[in-house]
Amino acid sequence: MKSTRRTTTVAVALGCLLIACANAVGATSGAKPVTISVASLIPGSTAAAVKQFNAQVAEFQRANPGIKVKPVEYQWTGPTFAAKLAAGTLPSVFEVPFTDARTLGENGQLADLTSYVKKLPYYSKYNPTVLTEGTTSKGKIVALPKGAYAQALHYNRTLFQQAGLDPNKPPTTWAQVMADAKQIADKTGKAGYAEMGKDDNTAGWILTTLVYSLGGRMEAGAGAKAKATLDNPQAVQALNMLKQMRWTDNSMGANFDYGWSDINQAFAAGNVGMYVSGSDVYTNLVQASSIDPSIYGLAPIPVATNNNAGVLGGGTLVAVKPSVSDAEKAAAVKWIDFYYEQPLVAKSQAIRNARTLAANKQPVGVPALPIFNAAQYALANTWIKPYINVPIAQMKPFTSGIFGQKLIAEPASSTQTVYHALDPVVQAVLTDKNADVSSLLAQANSVAQSAISSGT
Amino acid sequence: MAVVEVTPVRSRSDEVRMPRRTPLTWVRNGGLATFVFLLPLLFVFGAFSWYPIVRTVLMSVQHTNLVQRPTWVGLANFSAVIHDPLLPIALKNTLKFAALALVFGYPLPLIAAVLMSEVRKRRGLYAVLAYLPVVIPPVVAVLLWKTFYDAGSTGVFNTVLGWAHLGPYPWLQSQSTALPSLVLESTWANAGGTVIIYLAALTIVNPELYEAAGVDGAGILRKVWHVTLPQLRGVLLVTMILQIIATAQVFLEPYLFTSGGPANSTLTVLLLIFNYAFGNSLGGDYGKATALSLMLAAFLALFSWVYLRATRSWSTG
Repeated sequence: MKSTRRTTTVAVALGCLLIACANAVGATSGAKPVTISVASLIPGSTAAAVKQFNAQVAEFQRANPGIKVKPVEYQWTGPTFAAKLAAGTLPSVFEVPFTDARTLGENGQLADLTSYVKKLPYYSKYNPTVLTEGTTSKGKIVALPKGAYAQALHYNRTLFQQAGLDPNKPPTTWAQVMADAKQIADKTGKAGYAEMGKDDNTAGWILTTLVYSLGGRMEAGAGAKAKATLDNPQAVQALNMLKQMRWTDNSMGANFDYGWSDINQAFAAGNVGMYVSGSDVYTNLVQASSIDPSIYGLAPIPVATNNNAGVLGGGTLVAVKPSVSDAEKAAAVKWIDFYYEQPLVAKSQAIRNARTLAANKQPVGVPALPIFNAAQYALANTWIKPYINVPIAQMKPFTSGIFGQKLIAEPASSTQTVYHALDPVVQAVLTDKNADVSSLLAQANSVAQSAISSGT
Repeated sequence: MAVVEVTPVRSRSDEVRMPRRTPLTWVRNGGLATFVFLLPLLFVFGAFSWYPIVRTVLMSVQHTNLVQRPTWVGLANFSAVIHDPLLPIALKNTLKFAALALVFGYPLPLIAAVLMSEVRKRRGLYAVLAYLPVVIPPVVAVLLWKTFYDAGSTGVFNTVLGWAHLGPYPWLQSQSTALPSLVLESTWANAGGTVIIYLAALTIVNPELYEAAGVDGAGILRKVWHVTLPQLRGVLLVTMILQIIATAQVFLEPYLFTSGGPANSTLTVLLLIFNYAFGNSLGGDYGKATALSLMLAAFLALFSWVYLRATRSWSTG
């Protein structure tokens, strides 16, 4: 009996020793695995798009065995982003528009990535203007560019044809847009021209695009000393154009509360003749709305002939949550490098990425603006040429015209608040025949000015 | 049969003989066990009810983005809310919503309940049908009604009205019809719960009262007016205050249907609070949001107190 007890004691002691040794070996043989959550696709994406994304996650994890990536569905919208930011429920890696990154960085709401980014081999190749969008006033890099876009006119070639218009000759002036819209509405019964009109800043964003194209600006100066100029003559002109299409021509259909996703769906469903949105929206039209590629046409925004007129440009940056550990931050930058940047700078990765996308019937070759330089953008496009599956010929009016146009950045101070102040103005014009444009703009200007002055 | 309540009478000598209360006697008498059993409840209420209220009060006098250190701003948030040009619009819309809901939404469940109680067969089926909208998840209901309210001639309501050569109407797309459209959906979605309450309350009305009224020659309307309503007045008063409190806090419908549009015509107080907190993607103005929340809570508390005082004699008389 005594010997049995002794044997048991020895066995337990040996077991403990073995476990301790195993733990010690585990601790020294490799770094502790790091898990990061990353923004994946927008909710409602097709199964093929999800499969393609997961394939990229698997590839990344194979190349980085110490990192585990947890994809989280993600779509940036003003209100949901603010709520997630406040609650701390954003994924470790997430996307923000050009307009927000700098201020979020100044407020300590984004992780400082400077030391990691400067080690990237292509760091010096970034277009400095684009990189500035993710750099704070103290020089901290808090976000890396994902992509840049120019606002564009998306049009339905089938509806153009049905209305007796030439789908290869999209309108090049706003007067033509209005005339074509009326013709489409009259002949097909669909909305000839539709516009985002939702109270989530999108209405203000599109109105600003129209105002830029006519030569107006929403702000003068910079920072808290900027002067709000929402009540400029071009804003009145743009709103009067909308008023005419809505109330006189009756060419805007029956829905005036489209948000970004809704208008994409309506367009993909063939209910909208023309609308304004970012040049890269085709990806969403495929992934979330399964658009029939044959109906799609892309043209530049009509721009007035004065020197101030231009195209509103913007983009998306990728940032990291400030609460992550250093190891998670390093892993997050690795993911950003792999998923967002490598396909733009490294031939092998660009080809592999394009091949996977094409194999899963995801769009390859959607027109964007270069985040490095124009030469690098053209080079990357030659790498992926065999895999380009978007109707590139139907996008030619845009791709051949955009680089000759003047690109203008979004209003720099309190951008989202400026857009938000404009939302009810657009809604009033689209829902009230007797809306007083000048008085509405004056009210919006006062709201925007107070936000700019208080830095909110 | 009368019930005689017997109250134990403690004699003076009992009081004299009561042992002195010490912590030990408190433990022996089960005080500690009671406290231990109370702890989880205190924790749950503390963490999820009282702590957020305290934080709300604190945040209303602070400026914070929830990441950096908050700064004390005194009553500046309250002042900013009061001077916000959107506040009168939100108040007006909320009052309009509450008034419309009261005029159209409040009597409807009562009428439905009275009619159902008169039905002899399949009363359960009608109750289920009335309650069904409450079971449908609110977001689903709103999506469903969005197709009803589609402003095109192919929208469900516009198609039906089109058969009578009416419309198409813009429903949610017009500043004048958007808010009434929300009230209509809200009434449909919430009436079922109140119908069930009234049905239950109607079962306690003594049938002899109806028989007596019938003998006196009263028809159904006079029976309802002279028997049902007086008998239900306690319940009616409670459901009315509950409805007023609920409509003062209406958020779901304007948020999901219209986001407060078109042109702020459906912006309600709670949506304004939400917009303060989350309307700006750069991090909201939580100070203003909590300040307006406290103002609303204080108003509702005061209103409820006045309402209960004013209706006390009627509800119990």
